[in-house]
Amino acid sequence: MAVSVKQYRTSAETWWCPGCGDFGVLAALQRALAELNIEPHDVALIAGIGCSGKIGNYVNSYNLHVTHGRALPAAMGVKLANRHLTVVAAGGDGDGYGIGMGHFAHAIRRNIDVTYVVMDNQVYGLTKGQTSPTSDYGFKTKVSLPNIEEPTRPCLSAVSLGATYVAQGFSSDVKQLVELIKGGIKHPGFALVNVFSPCVTYNAFNTYDWFRENLVNLDDLAPDDRHDPHDRDSAIQMLRAKDGWVRGLIYQDLNSRPFEDRIAGFGAKSVATSDLDLDETLWNNMVREQQ
Amino acid sequence: MLDQGTSAGSTVTWKVGAEQGQGVDSTGTMMALVLNRLGYHVYAYRQFSSRIKGGHSNYAIRVGNIPVRASSHQDDILVALDQETIDRNYRQLAPNGLIIADTDFNPRLPEDCESELLVVPFSEIASSEGSKIMRNVAALGASAFLLNIPLSGFEAALNLQFARKGDAVIRPNIAVLHKGYEYVKERMPRREGLSLPEVNQDHDNEALFLSGNEAFAMGALAAGCRVMTGYPITPASEILSYMERYLPMVGGAAVQTEDEIAAIMAAVGAGYAGARAMTSTSGPGLSLMQEVLGLAHMIEVPVVVVNCQRGGPSTGMPTKQEQSDLLAMLYGTHGDTQRILLAPGTPEEAFYDAQLAFNLADKHQCPVMVAMDFSLSIDECTVPKLDRNRIPIDRGALATEEDLKHEGHERFPRYLINESGISPRSIPGQPGGQYLATGAEHGIYGWVSENPKNRVEMVNKRARKVEKIDVQATIYEGDDNPEVLLIGFGSPRGAMSEAVQALRADGISAALLSLRVLAPFPEEEVALRVSQAKHVWIVEQNANGQLQSIIEAALFRQNQDGTYRYPRVEGFRKYNGLPVFPHEIIRLVKESVEHGSQRQAV
Repeated sequence: MAVSVKQYRTSAETWWCPGCGDFGVLAALQRALAELNIEPHDVALIAGIGCSGKIGNYVNSYNLHVTHGRALPAAMGVKLANRHLTVVAAGGDGDGYGIGMGHFAHAIRRNIDVTYVVMDNQVYGLTKGQTSPTSDYGFKTKVSLPNIEEPTRPCLSAVSLGATYVAQGFSSDVKQLVELIKGGIKHPGFALVNVFSPCVTYNAFNTYDWFRENLVNLDDLAPDDRHDPHDRDSAIQMLRAKDGWVRGLIYQDLNSRPFEDRIAGFGAKSVATSDLDLDETLWNNMVREQQ
Repeated sequence: MLDQGTSAGSTVTWKVGAEQGQGVDSTGTMMALVLNRLGYHVYAYRQFSSRIKGGHSNYAIRVGNIPVRASSHQDDILVALDQETIDRNYRQLAPNGLIIADTDFNPRLPEDCESELLVVPFSEIASSEGSKIMRNVAALGASAFLLNIPLSGFEAALNLQFARKGDAVIRPNIAVLHKGYEYVKERMPRREGLSLPEVNQDHDNEALFLSGNEAFAMGALAAGCRVMTGYPITPASEILSYMERYLPMVGGAAVQTEDEIAAIMAAVGAGYAGARAMTSTSGPGLSLMQEVLGLAHMIEVPVVVVNCQRGGPSTGMPTKQEQSDLLAMLYGTHGDTQRILLAPGTPEEAFYDAQLAFNLADKHQCPVMVAMDFSLSIDECTVPKLDRNRIPIDRGALATEEDLKHEGHERFPRYLINESGISPRSIPGQPGGQYLATGAEHGIYGWVSENPKNRVEMVNKRARKVEKIDVQATIYEGDDNPEVLLIGFGSPRGAMSEAVQALRADGISAALLSLRVLAPFPEEEVALRVSQAKHVWIVEQNANGQLQSIIEAALFRQNQDGTYRYPRVEGFRKYNGLPVFPHEIIRLVKESVEHGSQRQAV
């Protein structure tokens, strides 16, 4: 029987401000999972701290809501325990590219089979409007001085660091976002889906209209104008040329080999449910080595 | 020589020293393994600096025909492969001690050194058989004569070590071994105090030679640990290495993470998803792990954290003994939390505690911390045969098919309030078991809640879970109602045990109380034993008296009126980076007892 979007909904009252971009991300994630026909109990959604981190309240999967910035290591742990689970990590730009930036770089390097959906609104919302690592130079809010730091460029960083799947979406275009998330989930390795998800309360600069005006939809480009999404250099050049303001599939390595497949001796079975008894011969060898 | 600290049997301490990187470790290990196989009890300890090459390092072995559980402050035989070894170690030699040194470096005795020097051409002997590199084997041969150990044990060890390299390597090594032996035999009679006593005939043929770290890792594997995420740190790294080596053989995964925050977070993630998972660290890593320890408490996820203490704070003294993380292990993280803290005192206990820790984590659904310390982690000693089936795997309260149907509930009530505080948990992948595990305060389904009534119920639920655990929390050795009671945890147990034996041999009634569980704190047992003793010493390796503060708080609580009902306790605190030696305790206790102590029941 086909899995429906309804199965992915929960009764929890939504907490986000009316008009928040995260609603679009939530809808896209639920649809992507349902369309891939994955049962809700086979999904583990790991979220960080921030407005975006609340997403676990609204998805009827197994949800783990961790400390600030640590969704990726937690997601790795979940995947190591049970590689049959579909593991999705979610968070915001502050969570992922500020406090969690170190883990971001290493998750990419490891290429563990986790899909990382970042709701990027270029501002700290939950703490009421401070600049974030993706805020533009000069960005100003009621509580912060004009930003004198350059923004991080998550997709460019990811492609440069060796990510095997990098996509960027816009929360208003749920249809495209569903495809990007599905692509990430199907991808055997670490998949970054950075989503521009406007904050209607604290970011008066990067508004829905601003994104509509400034984002280039890669799907809309004429064939001759398109970059090659399977060529890392081509993806980097494209991102540099457009300063990252694009949406669509940026890069995918079609030969990606996930971390789990590279771990010596790591079984095909879930270690969470497998037999834990130690083999007699192995135990005897362990003892003999110490004698 | 007959060690003053023991009442039965005798021990000899042999030490080899050279510049770091000169094979001291492999030489010492070979000696220890040979002795262990012969049925002796050995306790081996290294001294090294936190650098890769250069700097003095030594490997000492205290060996006897009775269980040896502590290092000695005195060496009987010092094998010196360079002058620095003599200069740095001669003061530790016993009055009757002997230095054997390589002719090669033209050894000199310091002016105030009263020990005898025997110069043996280790390097020359080795070169005559092909290579100077074998000089350590010549030193083993020379030592074998003095200690009165048959060469066959070393021959077997050399055969094993160089099995892959073949006869061309084995033969000259064995020749060097014999030449070293013969050289000393021709020049010096064996001395009673330096040669080993007869080995006990009923010795354990299956005894192992283990460090606490190795023992813990073996226990973790036997317990079904299948995910280990860690970050290298002295003195915990061996645990990660061991798991990296063996987990592939059981289909598990060991991952070296980017930092300790990732290490604990991944272990908690794996625990949430149903694996038996752990991480190992030392003080600086423990500091980084604190936030996630609070998360694990909040979401009630089992995880095992072993903390191998070293000199702190900050970088402190990475290769030195200390027990100053106690309060951090007990309380470290913000907010109100409880956890279980086990404290093995020997490698054997570290093995069983690893198994226990995983069972307790699953049963009580919380982080279980295991307090190791540098000496326990690194020192290797004879360990009796291990029974891996003594503590069967128990995964605690897991959701049944019936639970997963969650009748009468809108979804699976993962955090159901009940009498024990322990609610059955579901594992990702189980249909019907979906819930939200969040570090934010939550209700029974995991949904975030700031309801005041729920808040209090949940805080109490989590505390209730670990009020009592089904583990023997203390070990008591010695006289009932003793004049002197020593209380401690971790590796000082060995020194305490020897001190108690020596005091009793001198007619002072004495006992030790070793705390095997530090949280939940065994208040009643400690209060009872303290009330029965005349003088109480808290033996611990930190400056602030962290254990003493906990004990005093516990005793204070027993009374509830602000006065001490029990004798005041005194602190024996050592924090210079060296382990506790038996004679130090004995001296302090005797002085105090003889000079009429201030300590009387209040």
